[in-house]
Formats: sequence, C-alpha cells, structure tokens
Amino acid sequence: MVEKLRGERKLTGRLPPLRGSCTLIEELGSRCSAMQTDFTATDFTEDQRQFHDVVAKFLDDKSPVAAVRSLLDSKSGYDEAVWRQMCRDVGLAGIHIPEQYGGAGFGPVELGIVCQEMGRTLYSGPYFSSAVMAGYVLLYCGGDDIKSSLLPEIAAGERIATVVADNLNDLTLAGQHMTVNGGVLEGQCAIATDAHIADVLLVIADDDLYLVESDAEGVAIEQRQSLDPTRRISKVTFTGAKAEKAGSARADRLNAAWDDMCIALSLEMMGGAQRLFDTTIEYMGMRYQFGRPIGSFQGLKHRCADLLLELEWSRAVVQHAAFSRAVGEDEPHIASMAKAMASDVYMKAAKEAIQLRGGIGFTWEEDTHLWYKRAKSSEVFLGSPHLHRERVISLMENAA
Amino acid sequence: MNIEAIKAEVAAWLDENWSPDRSLVEWRTMLLDAGWAAPGWPEDCFGRGFTGEQVAAVEDVFREKGAVGAAQVGPRRLAAETILVHGTADQKQRYLPPILTGEHAWCQLFSEPGSGSDLAGASTKAELTDGRWVINGQKVWNTSAHHADFGILVARSNWDLPKHQGLSYFLIDMRQPGVEVRPLKQMNGHASFNEVFMTDAIVPQEDLMGGEGNGWAVATTTLSIERQGFARGRSPRSPREPREGAIYEEFARELEVANEPYTWYPQREGRVDLIMPRARETGAISDPSVRQEIAKLLSMQTGAKLAAASAAAQRKSGSNEIIPAGSIGKLGASFIARQSAHVHTMISGTDAMLSGADSPEEGIVAETLISVPAISIAGGTDEIQRNIIAERVLGMPKEPRMDTGPFRDIKRNADS
Repeated sequence: MVEKLRGERKLTGRLPPLRGSCTLIEELGSRCSAMQTDFTATDFTEDQRQFHDVVAKFLDDKSPVAAVRSLLDSKSGYDEAVWRQMCRDVGLAGIHIPEQYGGAGFGPVELGIVCQEMGRTLYSGPYFSSAVMAGYVLLYCGGDDIKSSLLPEIAAGERIATVVADNLNDLTLAGQHMTVNGGVLEGQCAIATDAHIADVLLVIADDDLYLVESDAEGVAIEQRQSLDPTRRISKVTFTGAKAEKAGSARADRLNAAWDDMCIALSLEMMGGAQRLFDTTIEYMGMRYQFGRPIGSFQGLKHRCADLLLELEWSRAVVQHAAFSRAVGEDEPHIASMAKAMASDVYMKAAKEAIQLRGGIGFTWEEDTHLWYKRAKSSEVFLGSPHLHRERVISLMENAA
Repeated sequence: MNIEAIKAEVAAWLDENWSPDRSLVEWRTMLLDAGWAAPGWPEDCFGRGFTGEQVAAVEDVFREKGAVGAAQVGPRRLAAETILVHGTADQKQRYLPPILTGEHAWCQLFSEPGSGSDLAGASTKAELTDGRWVINGQKVWNTSAHHADFGILVARSNWDLPKHQGLSYFLIDMRQPGVEVRPLKQMNGHASFNEVFMTDAIVPQEDLMGGEGNGWAVATTTLSIERQGFARGRSPRSPREPREGAIYEEFARELEVANEPYTWYPQREGRVDLIMPRARETGAISDPSVRQEIAKLLSMQTGAKLAAASAAAQRKSGSNEIIPAGSIGKLGASFIARQSAHVHTMISGTDAMLSGADSPEEGIVAETLISVPAISIAGGTDEIQRNIIAERVLGMPKEPRMDTGPFRDIKRNADS
C-alpha cells in the first residue's frame, strides 16, 4: 500500500494545474523577479524555481510580518480570505496530493518549496495541520472511501482537518490513551494543532484511524495558550463521541507519514532559519558601535561563519531528504536526520539572531522573537532532536 | 566527447602501449607525449581539456588495466596547478613535464616563523642583484622539502610598498648551497615538515612567476588549490595488490617517499570511518549518550558530503567561487575531526590513556586524538577561514587594519 503510494508520487517539473483565477497566477508570475531567498540548489528544475517564485511572492504579499502580527491576538489565528485564495486560486493545499484525490500530484520537493516559504514568512494558518499532517495521514493510513471523499476537500481547502495524536513526540506511540468501543470514542489529547478551527478530526486510537466531526456531540475542543502564537494548540476531549473508522494506523504506515511530515517541517524550519540569518547579517552591517559596524568584529562575524556552515549542512541534508524521498530512494534514517539538524540549526539561528541584535532583539517590537518562538515550537514538534538522533542510529543499525 | 568513447580510446591506447617492464620515467614520458599524463589540463599544455567526469573515466580505465599514471602526489600538485595558471610558456615547458614524469619533486615555501596566518607579512628578502634574485630568510612548515628539487617561494622584493604589493613569487632550485633544510618534529611525534633556511640563495630572473610585485595574487591561487584539497579530505588508502613488473616496484618506492609525511593525515581528519566498528566492538553502541554523539557526527559528515556535492554542481554550472567554497569545506572538516575525536574518546574510555601498539586499533585511535589539532591550523587556520567566509561569502565588513602603508613601517614580531 505504501509502496503503491510511492509509485504514484511524481517528481515532475510542471506547475500545478490552476484553479479559479488564472490571472492571479499569471499576475504573480509576471511580477516575480529573482527572489533573494536562497533556494538556489542546482537540482531544481526551471519550473520548480518558477513555482517557488510564485509561492514566495504570494506569501510576501499575503503574509507580511504586519499581517502575522495582526493575527497574534485573534481568536482563530488565521486569515480566512488568504486561506481560501491559497487553496482555491493557487492550489497549494493539494500540491502533494495525487491527482486522483483532487490534488496536483506533486511530491515532497514541491511541498517543501511551499513549506520553506511559509517558514520564511511565518505564515500563520492551518496549512501544516490540514494539508501536510492530515493529508499524509490520510494518504498512508486512510481507507479508499475516506481518501476519495475527504482528500479532495482538504486539497481544495473546503474543509480543514487536523490529526489528533496523543503522542506528538513519537507518532508511532500515539493512540494508546484513546479507546473506541462500538463506534464511540473516549479519551483526551492534550496537544492538537489547529483543532480549534478544524472541521474534521483524524484521531489515532489504538492501531486505527478514526474520523470525527469537530462539531459532533461528545467532542470538546479547548484552545490552549501556545508559546508560538502562529501555531495554535488545543486540548481535545472525547466523551462518547461518534467515530467513523477511517483506516489503519499501524506503525509502518504512521512511520511513513511521520517521515514525510518531518521532511516538510524541516523545510519549513530551513526557511525560517535562513530568514533569521539573512536579516541578522544585514543588521550587523548597519548597526554601529565603537565607531564601526558590529559586523566587522571578528568575535561576531566568526559566529556568523559557523552558523552559515551549519545552515549549509542542514539545508543539504534536508533537500536531499526531500529529493530522495520524491523518487522513493530515501535512506530510512534521512528524514530523522533532517528533522534533528533543521531543529538544531533553527534554534541556533534564532538564539544568535537575538543575541547579535543585543537589547533590541529582546523587545516585542522587533520581529525576531516571532521566529524564535516558531523555532522553539518546531524543535519539539513531531519529535525532539534527541529522539530523532536516536531514531537515526536505530534505523542505521536495522539497515546494517 | 562522450565517456564511453573516451574509455574506449584510453583502453585501446593502453593495450597498445602499456608494459610494466619500462622505467617509470620512460613510461610517463610516453603518457606525456600521448596526452594521457594530465587529460584535465588544457590542450596546449600537455592535456586534453577534459572535464572532471572525463578525467575520472580515464583514471578508471588506468586502474582497470593496472597501468601507472603520472606523478601526482605531494606538494608538486600545488606547484603544477599554480604554474598552469600563472606560468609563462617557457616556465610551463621547463617545469610541468618533469613534474608529471616524477623526475622533479616540489615543496611549498610560504609560511615563516614571523608570518603564519598573516602570510602576506612574509619578510624573506628577494633582491635583484647582477641580473638574478638573491634570497635571504627562513621558511617553516615545508612538507617534503628534504626531498624537493624545487620550491614555490613567496618573498619580499619591495619593502617600501604596502605589504601585499611588495611580494613576488619565485620558482627556486632547492639543490643549491644557499638552501638548508632541517626537519621539524610535531606534537604527534612525526616530522612531516621542515624548516628551510635561505642564505644568499639564487633564483634566475626567468624564474620569477606572475611578475614582480604580483606574488600575493599568485600565492592566493596556490592557497585556494590547497584548501580544496583539505575540504576533499584523504581517505585511508588500502594497500595495493602486489603486481609483477619493475615499474610497480619503482612506483611503490615513489609513493612510499611521497606519502611518508602523510601517514597520519587520515588521523588528523578524525577517522570517522572507525567510529561505528569501534562502537560495536566495544559495546559503546548501546550507550544512549554515545548514540547521540555518533548521530551528531554522522549528520555533520552527511551534511558536509552533500553540501560539497551541491557546491561542485554549482561550480559546474558556471559559478566560480572556489575560494569561499573551499573555506566552508575546510572549516567543516575541522568540526567533523573534533567531533570524531570526541566520540572516539567516549568509545575508548580509559583505553584512550594508551598509545602505540598497546592502544586500540594498533595506535590509530591514539594517533587520531593527538593529530586532530592540526586540521584546524594547517592550510589556513579556522579563524582565517571564518574571516574569508564572513567577508567574501556573507559580505560582512572587514576589520580595521593596522598594517597599511610601507611594509618596513609595519609593527612585527621583535625577532623577525
């Protein structure tokens, strides 16, 4: 089943099929010039580069820092108009979903381009929860019926879905505190991303996957305070909620879904890390102390050189993970290696971005803390660096 | 020209000409004449203008046929590739063929006791007297200088210009009375380097390379070639299978002499290849803290490998930023070596107190632990690489300089 899915994956260079307003894409495309972001890996096709430019431009327009800030105190945490446009007009939510399920039929590379740009612009909305997490869980674990009915809605952004897994550190251990008897679900999940705005919950209970409507009786969704206000978290409690069996959540399937989520999240993290790095270098060229730009001090610029090295290494591994997975030639440990490295370098870039700015870096007014919080939240989301390093060695040992 | 056609041509030529009974020089002269000694060099300069991939194909066929190639080992490569870029037609004609045939060994004469990281602060004197350059001064860290026939030398030909502008680059004959070579023992017990003392040593005018006062630019070429070597690393060589024929014995002797200074080089890179076998053998693989550190190490190594491949692909597609790419790779090699030594220590435990034949892997682990400090110094310290990365890759502002104006007025060490 997983193998079959692999076979369906394509690494093509076409732009995704356009939905709705074609003029938007054309307009975006024509306005894009060379982006200063650094997706310059030679491996990308010209079409992938163009796609990147379109996505980057869209997010620069629709998710500038001012917009991200305006959502910080909102109840929903996202802009519905932007979400609709993103899904219907640009087709981003279905980029990695096979065409037979209403998606664009691309793979981890194209999805990675979207996630990287969302990380760079700190896009605040249910994309990762619905398109990436729910999308992959359905693809790997879902039954045919549920895939045919729900995936097209997720791809079109018509319904928002999220995964309710009671262990977000090690996904394969999820479901142990959820029980289903006679189609009735009991249990509690302390951390579920974007459940407060979800229409559909994909619940891992024991070794199975269940679908629960978020407004069903016996479902209580309570938004919690999240450290990163751009990644909203809820507590979900089921007391006799009606649950429809939606597929199997066996460890091998969850592992596969987990790997894809980790690669997508790693690209999101690299986008954020690069943005922090670029703005920090720029700041260090403008900030004068002791009569010279602080970027001229070796004590500071050497730290930037070290950080660049780690960024280069992490990006190389993360991109390799996406590319090799797209063609089904990924080494078993590469997704975990990518997640661990991206987590570490994002946190390091975030700490340095604040430290190298000095006092201003610790203020609310300066933007850096927004990315710092995303970095911290991403570090532990879907498995800590420690867990993933352990997984790297275990998987290597298994392979040997 | 496609790879298969090249392979077929080399194979046919080797079938026709290869014989293990010739002398090394005789055989390599044939290679030189046929254009197979350095196929990656330009066509008007003993080569065929082949790409890296094409050169690799040629080398593959040589290996398959068991044929010996041109001399490549040691600092002669730095000399040859620099001459290739900056030499006159006459210099290329005189010096490149004997390098390829192995008749001439070379050494690098750059660092001085008074100028290490600050290489442009060289104070070895070059004075033009009676139509020839007279050299006086001391060099240090000169690999294989005791075997060398010639040296690539940076010396100061003008003391009144700012320091970078007063340097010139020379090709110096090491076999002359004014040149004295002494070995220099290192902290790991090896003596891979020398000190070279020059007292009224002579360089003919035609062996100034790149023009008077242009020495820094030429030296920069040599240094970038050297850094690429560091970034590429040296994998430990498995012993060659013994083969019959006089030329193999001669070749083995040449390799032994040339490789002698480098026997510990794989160790200074940390011997990452021994980490997993040692972890399994000692049982340390079941220690969760060791597993964390191994995973970090392997992640670094994977990142370095993939980043280097990506940089190489970018170079191929036209970008020519060889210096910064080399600096990133070299700085990375230091991080990896240190982490590997750290993990080796964790794995070995108290056995890390031992050395030589009494210690793990016949002393290889111990030699690793005391050789790693070299990797972050040799060929440009980590700190110099960080300056290069910050200033040239990231475009960060330079440190204010204290060494402008005529070189003779710049403050230097009291004894130099």
